[in-house]
Amino acid sequence: MLNLTSVDWLIMLLYFVFVLGIGFALKRYMKTSKDFFQAGRALPAWICGLAFISANLGAQEVIGMGASGAKYGLETAHFYGIGAIPAMIFVGIFMMPFYYGSKARSVPEFLRMRFDEKTRALNACSFAVMTVFSSGISMYAMARLIQALHVFDGLFYTMGWPQQGIFTFSIVLSAVIVLAYIFLGGLTSAIYNEVLQFFLIIAGFLPLVLLGLRNIGGWSGLKASVPVQYMHEWRGVAHASTNPMGIEIVGLGMGLGFVLGSGYWCTDFLVIQTAMASKNMESARRVPLIAAVPKIFFPFLVILPGLLAIGLPTPHTTTVVHNVNGMIVRDTNVVPQNVEEGRGLVPAKINPVTGKPMYTAGGQPLLDYDMATPNMLLHFFPTGILGLGLTALLASFMSGMAGNVTAFNTVFTYDLYQSYIHKGGSDRHYMAVGRWATVGGILLSICTAYAAINFNNIMDTLQLVFSFVNAPLFATFLLGMFWKRATGHGAFAGLIAGTSAAMLHHGLTLPIEARPGIHGGWLTVLHHYPSDMAQNFWGAIFAFGTNFVVTVIVSLATKARPESELVGLVHSLTPKPPKAHNVWWKSPEALAIAVLLMAIGLNIFFY
Amino acid sequence: MSLDLRIPMGLMFTLVGMILTAFGLATRGSSIYAASLGINANFWWGLVLFVFGVSMLMLGRRSQKRLASLPPEPVDETRSRLGH
Repeated sequence: MLNLTSVDWLIMLLYFVFVLGIGFALKRYMKTSKDFFQAGRALPAWICGLAFISANLGAQEVIGMGASGAKYGLETAHFYGIGAIPAMIFVGIFMMPFYYGSKARSVPEFLRMRFDEKTRALNACSFAVMTVFSSGISMYAMARLIQALHVFDGLFYTMGWPQQGIFTFSIVLSAVIVLAYIFLGGLTSAIYNEVLQFFLIIAGFLPLVLLGLRNIGGWSGLKASVPVQYMHEWRGVAHASTNPMGIEIVGLGMGLGFVLGSGYWCTDFLVIQTAMASKNMESARRVPLIAAVPKIFFPFLVILPGLLAIGLPTPHTTTVVHNVNGMIVRDTNVVPQNVEEGRGLVPAKINPVTGKPMYTAGGQPLLDYDMATPNMLLHFFPTGILGLGLTALLASFMSGMAGNVTAFNTVFTYDLYQSYIHKGGSDRHYMAVGRWATVGGILLSICTAYAAINFNNIMDTLQLVFSFVNAPLFATFLLGMFWKRATGHGAFAGLIAGTSAAMLHHGLTLPIEARPGIHGGWLTVLHHYPSDMAQNFWGAIFAFGTNFVVTVIVSLATKARPESELVGLVHSLTPKPPKAHNVWWKSPEALAIAVLLMAIGLNIFFY
Repeated sequence: MSLDLRIPMGLMFTLVGMILTAFGLATRGSSIYAASLGINANFWWGLVLFVFGVSMLMLGRRSQKRLASLPPEPVDETRSRLGH
């Protein structure tokens, strides 16, 4: 099926050489732990900005947003317009002064400065566990995709290696490369490679979108070939039953925009670490805003391939009869059953036991939306540029892993090892610990990836647990930065209560058409949601609300910290950052307004 | 940081662009372009990447030359740079 030639391999190889080359070139600049963990706090804003967005542009994003575009249409763009842009502006303008200005080396460390030791320990432990598992999930997904696309099949065949080895080969290859460049060049290396990958994704996916649009007859052709609600981001959003995602505006705005979006973009050290690596306060504040500019346009790059895949005609087995010099030639192009049963280029899911397509209870084929974007690559790209597209896909997996791994080694070294295991070591010692934490983190990720083969549900379960932990987080940071009365006891109690509320909510509610279990309702079913998305967003709202209320109550009941200790950590007690000697339109605020206007413009376009 | 990212990045895209353009030229009119609607995707996209790579490379080289002629820029964590 997949015919890779030496030109494809050459491009892939070239990428690996440059990735490792950057790691080696940076090794000599890694003199102190600050160089290794914080990139010396000396990078220009544009590099950090592109890395900020690229750290998030991992597998889940590229494959997942394509899948979601195929499943829900342009409504997926809400993950950008509501779920990311406002939060990115908020973190840049309002929160970065405290993250960067406090000189904290990690997000958990900021929590220790603002609240207390136990809040930091709770956050550091849960964060460290999550990053390791996330990068393991990324690895697993990559190896599965490589298997499904038969990328290495030809290579294994020529080498005479057993085909079962492809999974292990993919995992080991990605692990070794990511390990090597982080071990050598630390966060700088991860950030540089994230920027490289950012451009590679554009290089690989832009021609795909252009070819796809041309094939389907441009924007109007696309409109004509998909159901009308697929082409509108906002229409029907007032009520859950009138839009493809099954979510109404309140749950969407509050749940996705305010709680989940902000929870991710404003508190996750995975992305914040890149902003904290920039060279001064003003750059740090500009980083999320610079990142927001390409983010506004990413729906075209990652969602559109999925939508195009659904809109294109479904391949069928065809027989073409030629008459070559009086000789009748029958050309039969056989299409597998699961492809014929699919919609557009999205195939039906195959039951791994029987090898037959799977159907829903209603007799409709169950579609394998995750294959939407990869199938587009295979459909449109000839050998040569296909190598570039596959390299971009691999790069996105690896950079997702790398962000997790650097976040893990920093939090492990500073917040766990230096704080609780070995205090007062030399700087050299902590840098060595960081390097070995990288090795340990990657080994644990590999274990997660293998565990995922044996336990089918492990990925869903892990992501569910992460959502319980992450949902309430934003309330803690919001209160911490903008309410000087919030105390450590309050924050700790609020986090525990928020996570418990998320779990309880999940145990008591169920999306319609789902069985109690992993999808919810494992205690008893009190409420049915129209979709799992609605359940997810409302769960986040409950977790956030509980955390907020409990933090406020417990804070008021406990002793406040003296105000002198909170200077630089709380908004009302921090002097305004000195105005830089820039013209007004170069200030972060002006950039923020420009980004906001662009985002609004695009939403009107997609209406 | 004294390694300007634009140099290795520009170099990589220049090379990828060159490979794709050359391959596109060598496979002109080949049946592999049936997939890409008859467009020689390798040649044209290779050209785009080549131009992108070379401009990155030039920007990186220029700023490195400028940095070499100036005293090292102080990295200040609270104040932003003057001018610029």
